[in-house]
Amino acid sequence: MKVLVAVKRVVDYNVKVRAKGDGTDVDLNNVKMAINPFCEIAVEEAVRLKEAGVATEVIAVSVGAKPCQEQIRTALALGADRGIHVEAEGRLEPLVIAKLLKGVVDKEEPQLVILGKQSIDGDNNQTGQMLGALANMPQGTFASEIKVEGDKLNVIREVDGGLQTLSLSLPAIVTTDLRLNEPRYASLPNIMKAKKKQLDVYTPEDLGVSVTSHVSQLKVEPPAERKAGIKVEDVAQLVDKLKNEAKVIS
Amino acid sequence: MALDFDSARLPNPFITAEHEAWRTQLRRFIDTEIVPSAEDWDEAGHIPIELWPKAAAVGLLGLGYAEEFGGTREGIDSWHSWITNEELARIGVGGIPASLMVHGIGLPPVINWGSEAMKQAVAPAVLAGEKHIALGITEPGGGSDVASLSTTAVRDGDHYIVNGSKTYITGGMRANWVSTAVRTGGEGARGVSMLLIPTDAEGFSRTALDRKQGWWASDTATLYFDNVRVPVDQLIGTENQGFLVIMTNFNSERMAMAAGMEALGRVCLEEAVAWARERKTFGKRLADHQVIRHKIAQMKQKLNATQAYIRLCYESIENGNPNPGDIALLKVQASETMEFCAREAMQILGGIGYMRGSRVERIYREVRVNAIGGGSEEIMRDLAARQYGV
Repeated sequence: MKVLVAVKRVVDYNVKVRAKGDGTDVDLNNVKMAINPFCEIAVEEAVRLKEAGVATEVIAVSVGAKPCQEQIRTALALGADRGIHVEAEGRLEPLVIAKLLKGVVDKEEPQLVILGKQSIDGDNNQTGQMLGALANMPQGTFASEIKVEGDKLNVIREVDGGLQTLSLSLPAIVTTDLRLNEPRYASLPNIMKAKKKQLDVYTPEDLGVSVTSHVSQLKVEPPAERKAGIKVEDVAQLVDKLKNEAKVIS
Repeated sequence: MALDFDSARLPNPFITAEHEAWRTQLRRFIDTEIVPSAEDWDEAGHIPIELWPKAAAVGLLGLGYAEEFGGTREGIDSWHSWITNEELARIGVGGIPASLMVHGIGLPPVINWGSEAMKQAVAPAVLAGEKHIALGITEPGGGSDVASLSTTAVRDGDHYIVNGSKTYITGGMRANWVSTAVRTGGEGARGVSMLLIPTDAEGFSRTALDRKQGWWASDTATLYFDNVRVPVDQLIGTENQGFLVIMTNFNSERMAMAAGMEALGRVCLEEAVAWARERKTFGKRLADHQVIRHKIAQMKQKLNATQAYIRLCYESIENGNPNPGDIALLKVQASETMEFCAREAMQILGGIGYMRGSRVERIYREVRVNAIGGGSEEIMRDLAARQYGV
């Protein structure tokens, strides 16, 4: 079974992001970049499927400018077999990425596509679902456990108030939730080997997709600073404030 | 701009995306497997034996060693070593890298000078983290004066009979083998040989030196050899050529220590700056007092100089023309920088820095082991002066 995993280059989760002075975007100058944590979980799951003998090949794909090849290399160091880079510049919205991924799906015909449920920069939570619609494939989003059984894929999803189990027919799409697995660290030998693995580069034209934007970003501003709290004198004052100022009790 | 561990590192054009990938993965390993327990291990006086196989699996133990022994050498250069030493120092518990990476001084004599059979018997097991090797040079009667060591190995048929003792041996309690400097010939440097001694040999015994100023997590030992019979094929290199074996070991040990010390100085800077921005005195932040600002700037100034010097020495190693005198003085530069940063960070932190559990408190206690171990500042200056033909 061929597994396609999408990985996105995002600001490292340890970095405290700042808005640019002119409010047009987040300041990415000299900021450490990394593979999106949910995508890393997707890579780990694919590699585990390969180690279990379920997957035969794991392909890591990323859409973006040239530097996102670093994140493909990370996926290769974690155990993916080869990489595909769809080179596209600028701000890419989920629909465009989903269309480009659809192009890769058509080329590679994977049985399973695993994506992060969302990326920690845009927090859109759309790409996997859109790809499902475009590729006409069933989807199991927010997966906390997956299991391949014959030509079916059982997905346990984290939904409000509990867990839901779905059975999907393959080929299918899965988006990962935080608890699906705990990704490994890439070892030094595997980092060195990753340099030699195959990495193909496609342009959007190669995939027959035109990159057009439907959404424009108007403004980026930091959240309002939290004001200091106060100490209440007694319970009566607390109740009064909850009732009349915060209006959370009546 | 912040002055944390990463942003206080000067740019280095030799660092590639692959180097950064190693830093990222190694830091994840360290932050997951080591940092949460580091303080407890230090207080307990040892690190768990399970850590070695884990460090082997991530590629830490095998870095720079040949693939045939289970290491990773292809594509590895000095910049990987620098990153590794920096990241291990960043834990701020010096006994952990000292103990975990002690094969870095014990194994190279075997790899560089040992017989094929010896390499095969020792290197794969050590690099897999299953067995342990230490380096035995210093004796109760003398340390840096290697040429006058007095542990003897007397030839008796196809064995040497070893008598004497070694002390301040890092990893000595856990070691399965000790690469040991012994006297096989006459007086002076030309009578010294290196012998690989298994610690299960009859007549070998050891005691722990567990009350130290710092490096608590590191096991340190005194070793005793009482008529220990060692087969002659355990000779590392040729007889009476031990001095050369020992000397070729020193450059990489000193580079590793220098890189670690600079990084420890940077940890002190990071902690001091964070505190100076938080703490308020006389109506303003510590960081707004000129006396504190100058301390911070001076720490950064010395760290900058040391980083540039480290880079120059690693570059000379990469180019195949390292200067042992420059490397000896780099070790002094690094220990003086670490000492300065530990002192100034402690002054900025004040009372909180004096309490156990702060990285600065521990680093302050571990300045001396760095300034003395691996060649004291005095010996380093003397060696450099001789190298420069003064």
